[in-house]
Amino acid sequence: MLELIKNPKINFIGKRYHAFIISGVLCLLGIIAVIFTFIGKANLGVDFAGGSLVQVKFQKPVAADVLRKALISNNLADSEIQQVAEGNRVLIRTRKQEVVGERVDERIRKILAREFEGNRFILEGIEYVGPKIGGELREKALWAIFWAIIAMMIYIAFRFDFRFGIAAAIATLHDVLVVYGIIWLSNREVTLLTISALLTLAGYSLTDTVIVFDRIRENLKLRRKEVYDVVINSSINEVLSRTIVTSVTVLIVLLALIIRGSQVTFDFCLVLLIGVIVGTYSSVFVASPILVEWHLLATKKVKSTTPEMTNKKSK
Amino acid sequence: MRKNIKWNIFLTIAVTGICIFLLYPPKEKLKLGLDLQGGMHLVLEVDTTKLPPGSDPSDAVDRALEIIRNRIDTFGVSEPIIQKQGKDKIVVQLPGLKDPRRAKNLIGSTALLEFRLVDSERLDEAEAGKIPKGYEILEDEKGKKLLVKKEPELTGDTLVNAWVDSGGGGIMSQTVVSLEFNKIGARKFAKVTGAHINEQLAIVLDGKVRSAPVIRSRIDGGRAQIEGNFSLEEARDLKIILRAGALPAPVKIIEERTVGPSLGADSIRKGIIASIAGFVLVGLFMVIYYKLSGMIANVGLVGCLIMLLGCLAGFKGTLTLPGIAGIILTMGMALDSNVIIFERIREELRAGRTVKAAIDAGYKKAFGTVFDSHVTTLITGLILFTFGTGPIKGFALTLSLGVTISLFTAIVITRFIFDLRKEYQTLSI
Repeated sequence: MLELIKNPKINFIGKRYHAFIISGVLCLLGIIAVIFTFIGKANLGVDFAGGSLVQVKFQKPVAADVLRKALISNNLADSEIQQVAEGNRVLIRTRKQEVVGERVDERIRKILAREFEGNRFILEGIEYVGPKIGGELREKALWAIFWAIIAMMIYIAFRFDFRFGIAAAIATLHDVLVVYGIIWLSNREVTLLTISALLTLAGYSLTDTVIVFDRIRENLKLRRKEVYDVVINSSINEVLSRTIVTSVTVLIVLLALIIRGSQVTFDFCLVLLIGVIVGTYSSVFVASPILVEWHLLATKKVKSTTPEMTNKKSK
Repeated sequence: MRKNIKWNIFLTIAVTGICIFLLYPPKEKLKLGLDLQGGMHLVLEVDTTKLPPGSDPSDAVDRALEIIRNRIDTFGVSEPIIQKQGKDKIVVQLPGLKDPRRAKNLIGSTALLEFRLVDSERLDEAEAGKIPKGYEILEDEKGKKLLVKKEPELTGDTLVNAWVDSGGGGIMSQTVVSLEFNKIGARKFAKVTGAHINEQLAIVLDGKVRSAPVIRSRIDGGRAQIEGNFSLEEARDLKIILRAGALPAPVKIIEERTVGPSLGADSIRKGIIASIAGFVLVGLFMVIYYKLSGMIANVGLVGCLIMLLGCLAGFKGTLTLPGIAGIILTMGMALDSNVIIFERIREELRAGRTVKAAIDAGYKKAFGTVFDSHVTTLITGLILFTFGTGPIKGFALTLSLGVTISLFTAIVITRFIFDLRKEYQTLSI
């Protein structure tokens, strides 16, 4: 039997305060990212901010600064240029929709035809999103995330109990916030695909949480006499290889998509890749410890004389 | 139990068979999204504020949609999708489009045709700032200014036909668009031309003068020609929009996503390469980690893939680039159910159970976990499907189908193979 970890006995619950600090900082980053996004300080893609994205394929390679100069001298100073390694492709992105009464893509077509005579090109892709649509898409995306988390919370609460539902929802929200914080900090563009990836991640990160919670529920029934946090800690250890291997299979396919896949899905997969790692971490270090804390709070209320058992070593 | 195995084998063969049937031949059965086959996605907003007071905005949007549909049908695009979205929006999807610019002009122009009288004597005066009441200055395509009456003598709603002609004949013959009016239009046209001989009559399309010929004589019979420097293509498009009629209100393109066919083909190629790479790697991992059992999981995975593509074809779903990513991702997730079950079986074996007991317990105890983890992903998939548009809907579709199918393959296909292995003394896992 090939095993990643043989019979682990790691004290996860004992280290939960370290984890809380790390998660707290990362979540704070996520919250800051969300706030900054709302006040307009984020690299929002054409989908959300409105604007144009034009993908040009040239016959011969074109240097980015030559292209930039050409655009700047033609009223398109705010445009961003991104070169795609393959096939002399260039992405031109701008917040504008129109320049001097003309659609940006038409404008770019004319500029390129004039400035790069003899270098034939085609406009391979055009994305144009009006300001109104951008706002609508933003609103839709927020609602989608909101409903996804509510729906999953209800499901977990229904399948387990209320406490598990809340803990799972917090862990899921944690994952989404942390990953969004990382995207925001690295100034990667936020597009519709990014949001879809965050949603997918919300669903997927629950897989690991469900694996752990299932075992916790099972063990709580079997080992009623033992201390709560000991049961939880050994449950995490028992299913640890499962938690990791399920993530590994998904990480493998994501890596394949990142390395060999299309430019379009690159960011999407990157978000999921970070998300799967964060999600695995959170199922062990966020979701389960919340159960422990909750239990401690609940029992403290019942009999305030209960001794501290948080730092007790498991097994 | 024996009966159970037979039932599972039957179910597996039947479902796989149906899916292969649904999928074959894949090139015809799998519908590709605009991002893969190339095409244009437009969202138009009908400017209902410009409607005459008292008219129903919803009716105007419906009429605009019909007119746009007519234009596209005559233009000739296979399988266009033209839908109303919300109150005042129209979504147009044109797959496999060759010339997006032309299509945009064709769809976006209001095509309001007007015949207006020109006052050439007072032009200088007007240009100096003294525009006579009831007149306005319009430009033609070359930027030449003309002083025309605001009130049209005749509009395009009396048109019954339009066609492309080569006017005049000879080598230098110009392409012209000929028009034919109905009886009312013809009568009005005859009256106007009769009363204004030797004056200019401007043919105005969407506020731009297309041509402004001098009236030589009274024109009976209800026919007219638009001259201008247009190419055959432009003339043809003009004919199309004139025939389909003017939109009740101007439309504005508020969202556009156009993908060229070369980019689409590139995406398909990369998607296939990434899929194969992902499959091989994850399959290899399973065999190394779980040996023969891993191999069985891989068989289930191939089954899952066939069924997923089959269902996609069966549901007439659209495969998009994010959709391909969704398929690969689902494959990774499909293996999760096997991982959860295998780990449970290992655990039971470690606890000293027999192969038979371990397999039974593994499947029985892991089922709840497998089920829950699939449902949570399915929930997000369905929400994405509801809120998403275009390519993202494609992703949501493959994801939702994928997790549902992988639940089936994990508990039916791999299960019966394991049931067959129950007789063994040891288990390669």
